[in-house]
Amino acid sequence: MKIGEVSRLPDITTLVLPRTPEQEISGGYASDLLSCVMARAGAGNIWVTLQTHPNVVAVASLLDIAGVIITECADIAKIDAATIEKAREESVALFATPLTTFTIIARLARAGVLGIDEG
Amino acid sequence: MSLLYLPAEFHLHTVLSACAEIEMLPPLIIRQAQKLGIQWLAVTDHNSAENAGALIEAGKRAGIAVLPGMEVQTREEVHLLCLFDELEPALAWQEQVYQHLPDLPNREETFGSQLVVDAEGEFLRFQERLLQTSTSLSVEQVFTMVEALGGLVIPAHVDRPAFSLLANLGIIPPGLHITAAEITPRLTPAQALERFPQLAGLTLITNGDAHRLSEMAGRTLVRVAEPTLAELRLALAGADGRKVWVT
Repeated sequence: MKIGEVSRLPDITTLVLPRTPEQEISGGYASDLLSCVMARAGAGNIWVTLQTHPNVVAVASLLDIAGVIITECADIAKIDAATIEKAREESVALFATPLTTFTIIARLARAGVLGIDEG
Repeated sequence: MSLLYLPAEFHLHTVLSACAEIEMLPPLIIRQAQKLGIQWLAVTDHNSAENAGALIEAGKRAGIAVLPGMEVQTREEVHLLCLFDELEPALAWQEQVYQHLPDLPNREETFGSQLVVDAEGEFLRFQERLLQTSTSLSVEQVFTMVEALGGLVIPAHVDRPAFSLLANLGIIPPGLHITAAEITPRLTPAQALERFPQLAGLTLITNGDAHRLSEMAGRTLVRVAEPTLAELRLALAGADGRKVWVT
């Protein structure tokens, strides 16, 4: 799956568009503990989390993550404005969905995205 | 001005915290502090300061200084110690925290009881709302709101694998007004710096995070003119001859 195709999944709102929409997603990772993300996720991954803190963008940028999906986010206004601003500045693709982490990962998997520890 | 050397414990739970043992009553906490030579305490129950007045009162009778405080849980599940000089701003902070806690009942059979007691340790009432959960406040909001009330925020047990600034947020958020961090007694400040290089430049303190009397240790030694928050700030900054050591 290409990172640009995430925008076209149902129930996804794109907050910051990917800079390279044709880039193939290298794997999927989910955690809400950013220290775990720093230890395990890697370049080109899609990261699914319900955290909305600006550090999400800092960590994604640090690791060269292809994009971040913020889950359980029924109201985009509840995301810290600094998070979205920082994602724009650092060109980190940012998506939001009201769906749970489980559901969105199941959809990504059906679209062919593998976990970082498989495939 | 002559300076005092005060063994201190700034992270302490009472029976108001559902996870604390029933022995965590003001007179017993103060007796344990006297036994160990701890001269400065802060009371930091989860998301509440309802027993702070009782511990201050019990401390006053024994000549042990007690700062009212709280261990607040942010929406990122980060635990932050919030310390105040006086009860009034601590209770004002508690009001703000209560407004940002979900309105759920405590499930005693799962979490344990939350008891409000007096300085003698006598039962006053149950706190029936759920305290041991996340507020909807961000780390940044807690810093801003506590500082506006004149309080001091210290990230709690940053070396723990959960409920910690470093575990949950990976890196110390830039722009955060942070001067000190708490580490657990499981490692020394030198070991903490080795494992978490980001802590460089911060003053590290160690507390027992006592949920039972035996976890009080008084391993943080503070050199101050008097046990006030203003003096603690100086000590954490290493200013004017004030200083903090982990022993």
